[in-house]
Amino acid sequence: MILRTLLPFVLLLGAVPASAAALTVSAASSLTESFQAVARAYEQVHPGTQVDLNFAASGVLLQQISRGAPVDVFASADLPTMERAAQRGLLLTGSRHVFARNTLWVVVPPRTAVPPRRLQALADRGVQRIALGNPDSVPAGHYAVQALRRAGVWSALEGKVIRTQNVRQSLDYVARGEVDAGFVYATDAQAMAARVTRAFEVPVEGGIAYPLAALKGSRHPAEAQRFIAFVRSPQGQAILRRHGFSAP
Amino acid sequence: MDLDWTALGLSLKVAGWATLINLVAGVGLGALLARRRFPGRELLDTVLTLPMVLPPTVLGYYLLVLIGRNGPLGAWLQATFGINLVFTWQAAVIAAAVASLPLVFKPARAAFEGVDRQLEQAARTLGLTEAAVFFRVTLPLAWRGILAGLLLAFARAMGEFGATLMVAGSIPGRTQTLSIAIYEAVQSGQDGRANALVILTSVVCIVVLLLAARLVGGRRRGMRDVA
Repeated sequence: MILRTLLPFVLLLGAVPASAAALTVSAASSLTESFQAVARAYEQVHPGTQVDLNFAASGVLLQQISRGAPVDVFASADLPTMERAAQRGLLLTGSRHVFARNTLWVVVPPRTAVPPRRLQALADRGVQRIALGNPDSVPAGHYAVQALRRAGVWSALEGKVIRTQNVRQSLDYVARGEVDAGFVYATDAQAMAARVTRAFEVPVEGGIAYPLAALKGSRHPAEAQRFIAFVRSPQGQAILRRHGFSAP
Repeated sequence: MDLDWTALGLSLKVAGWATLINLVAGVGLGALLARRRFPGRELLDTVLTLPMVLPPTVLGYYLLVLIGRNGPLGAWLQATFGINLVFTWQAAVIAAAVASLPLVFKPARAAFEGVDRQLEQAARTLGLTEAAVFFRVTLPLAWRGILAGLLLAFARAMGEFGATLMVAGSIPGRTQTLSIAIYEAVQSGQDGRANALVILTSVVCIVVLLLAARLVGGRRRGMRDVA
């Protein structure tokens, strides 16, 4: 009786198809929409290849890869995280390229009466909470803290900071009006243009460059290299441009 | 290490408050569901059980939508009392309490249903008021089941993560509980800190479990003495 009840569930488990061998791409959260579009285009050009995307903060992705996650391509939102991957000997030699650039912005909920115009204005009483990625793992948060330190307002703002797990969580908190301001990329602001307002651009020393590389542990190194080539091709670059990224 | 004790203290505070809330709410709901017949009784039971089966992110999202600045309850609290719950330790208490409520009211309901109603009737014939019957007869008889539920709920509240992260965020010293501090440490590659926090959490859990065993076991012996 018990067996007869359980049998359909057992059969159901067996019926779930095992996923076909695929290319796994770990990409920074800010690349969510653009890489989804790039992956779709790549699958059309190379039928038979399935691209699995894994999005998180760049630092988190690096941790996963260092601990042996089966990843073929890694795309980071900053150079230092990729450099750490290189130092740990995780990258396939010669596969590392900068493929896009971005800018950092302070965004506010659309209903904000007087949007701040510079970093110093974030110290005002009207700004009670600021969403910012955890600087230890989220590049956007790291860039933001550096800029605030340079502007000399970090210590005044520290108490207002809501640390987030990735740049998209900062964006979501601003869109929901749970915070008064947040640090996100131009491309994030564009992805949610109806729900957040750009207040001002945050100066970032050396700019924001996105590198990607194939990983040494990849089981499909040739396919990984082909994906990287596609991202850098005119077709891949056109998709990135459409999502607000600028040329490398 | 300074920060780690803060995380531990915060976790204990949050779990303690959540358990206290569940003591009142869980016992009340358990008694209500066991003793009163009303339309929608089983539906209420099912809805209150949801936090146990729903993914914590779903629970966190419901709470965020409800108590957020633009949520129906959140906007009302803000307008009426100037209270903002999201990103406060109180939000962590709410998340932990809602997540662990089923672990209290379910066993409480079963315990109340298991109490012999003839004993209550006897107490009534001896002139006890309804409140006195509840507190001096029903509750003591059901207490073992309720206590077991409360201990489980405390443990569940200590470990609450997903919903807490969504409504309380991860603010070191304010809302960063042990489980969230561990997550942050692992995410940013601070293995040393993660190790220290994981050991700390394990020690706390062992102590809580030992205390629980002693508490329940001691009570059992006590009961036997009475019998």
